[in-house]
Amino acid sequence: MSLFKKRNILPVRDSHIEANLANSKIYAKNIKKIYHSTKGDTLAMNNVNINVLENEFVCIVGPSGCGKSTLLRMVAGLDEISDGEIIIRDHAIIGPGADRGMVFQSYTLFPWMTVGDNIKFGLKLRKIPAKEQEEIVDKYLKVIKLEKFKNSYPKELSGGMKQRVAIARALANSPEVLLMDEPFSALDPQTKADMQLLMRQIWQVEKPTVLFVTHDIEEAVFLSSKIYVLTSRPGTVKKEVPVFLPYNRDLSLKDTENFINLRKEVNALIDHSSI
Amino acid sequence: MIKIKIRKKLSKKNYLLLAITAFVVLIAAWTIASVTGSIDAIFLPNPTKVLNYYVEAIKDGSLLENTSISLYRILLGFILAVILGIPVGILMGTFQKVEAVVRPLCEFIRYMPVPAFVPLIMVWVGIGENAKITVIFIGTFFQLVLMVADDALSVPDDLINAGYTLGTSTTQTIFKIIIPAMLPRLMETLRMMIGWAWTYLVSAELVAANSGLGYTILKSQRFLATDAIFGGIILIGILGLLTDRLFAFVNKKLFHWSESAH
Repeated sequence: MSLFKKRNILPVRDSHIEANLANSKIYAKNIKKIYHSTKGDTLAMNNVNINVLENEFVCIVGPSGCGKSTLLRMVAGLDEISDGEIIIRDHAIIGPGADRGMVFQSYTLFPWMTVGDNIKFGLKLRKIPAKEQEEIVDKYLKVIKLEKFKNSYPKELSGGMKQRVAIARALANSPEVLLMDEPFSALDPQTKADMQLLMRQIWQVEKPTVLFVTHDIEEAVFLSSKIYVLTSRPGTVKKEVPVFLPYNRDLSLKDTENFINLRKEVNALIDHSSI
Repeated sequence: MIKIKIRKKLSKKNYLLLAITAFVVLIAAWTIASVTGSIDAIFLPNPTKVLNYYVEAIKDGSLLENTSISLYRILLGFILAVILGIPVGILMGTFQKVEAVVRPLCEFIRYMPVPAFVPLIMVWVGIGENAKITVIFIGTFFQLVLMVADDALSVPDDLINAGYTLGTSTTQTIFKIIIPAMLPRLMETLRMMIGWAWTYLVSAELVAANSGLGYTILKSQRFLATDAIFGGIILIGILGLLTDRLFAFVNKKLFHWSESAH
């Protein structure tokens, strides 16, 4: 149980940070992950370097088992780093915190709270004035187009709606970065496409800094401004691919030549031998 | 073609109808067996005799008196086990250090037969009301701790992690996430445990009791009064069923948000 895990205490960095990190939101440096077991140690991830700039939408793709989800959980402070460090804006992370909001693959809404109260949860913890809480909740309900469901309980929502509320809950807390761990992978293809469009639109308007893990290359190309392709185990960054596609995107983009070419390019970079 | 479907849903009305039929058949079989005299009255009393016993016991007030003293013992023993057992169980399901200390002990003690504790309890706490309450406490506490720990462990990791990424501290995670998330299961656990408490009643009233439903049964045994034994057992069954239904009803009302159907 994660409550019981000892957290890696990393030193807080002093204010003299490298110049190239000036507008960096997430900087993962030389990340290594080793799993210890009775059979011996397994090197799961080695020398991973990732840099997410302010307002960037960055996707991480890679074959199964490359550690992309683990990397994201490390950034969230939920998994231990074996070696290296992760810097959020200007300080090394020490365990999880509200500065890194997260949307999980599984449904993680609090079932005993209404949709509105779920979105309000982080705001309450931070003791934001009640009136302001309501305003923020209403704003994000509008962003995810679920105004009518403010007083509904999660069990009354579909999978796609639950994930929309999870996104609103994370964004309402105004985190430095939004971490998303395959949030749409459990949804049916139609809902998934709708969610991708909604997510892209939210990003175009709200401009959160997003680090998004997916195994769906089309999703990565559609959503992001930059893609990191990881190799199979031990995972390391194979290539950083900039996504030169129009800023305002809708689903018809997926049929354009530029999109298809880029999708093929990224696909070719992924090591399919591990399947 | 599959003619008999597995897990086919039954309407509420038909469910109730079948449930009532089962009871009716049981009582009918009992009546026939005793009225025709195919089973000796010493083994199986006539249902009317059991009813007569109830009428007499209600008239002289002993039924109400015995029922209330038994209810008092059960409630006190149960409440004590709940007050002490829930915090220990939650800590055990939350922190492995606590689990390492508590689980092996509980697993060990819960296999010890409760009636065998009776002589010891008489030495420890005497023969008063405390002794009866202690028997029920010992019978339920160790089971309860283990089950509450499992309830706490059943809260998904990612629900806890979601709390962390929204800014909860360890204490806040326990009170604002783990406890509310486990509540429906916890109440189901309590519902089961109160059933256990009823079964320990007879053991509890082995201790120098001169009142209570368990005592009535034991006393009747000495006089071979099978009608009174039947009366006592059936009454305990009915009271147990009523508490169970009450819990089920309250749980359904309180935890309407729960994703799993009760």
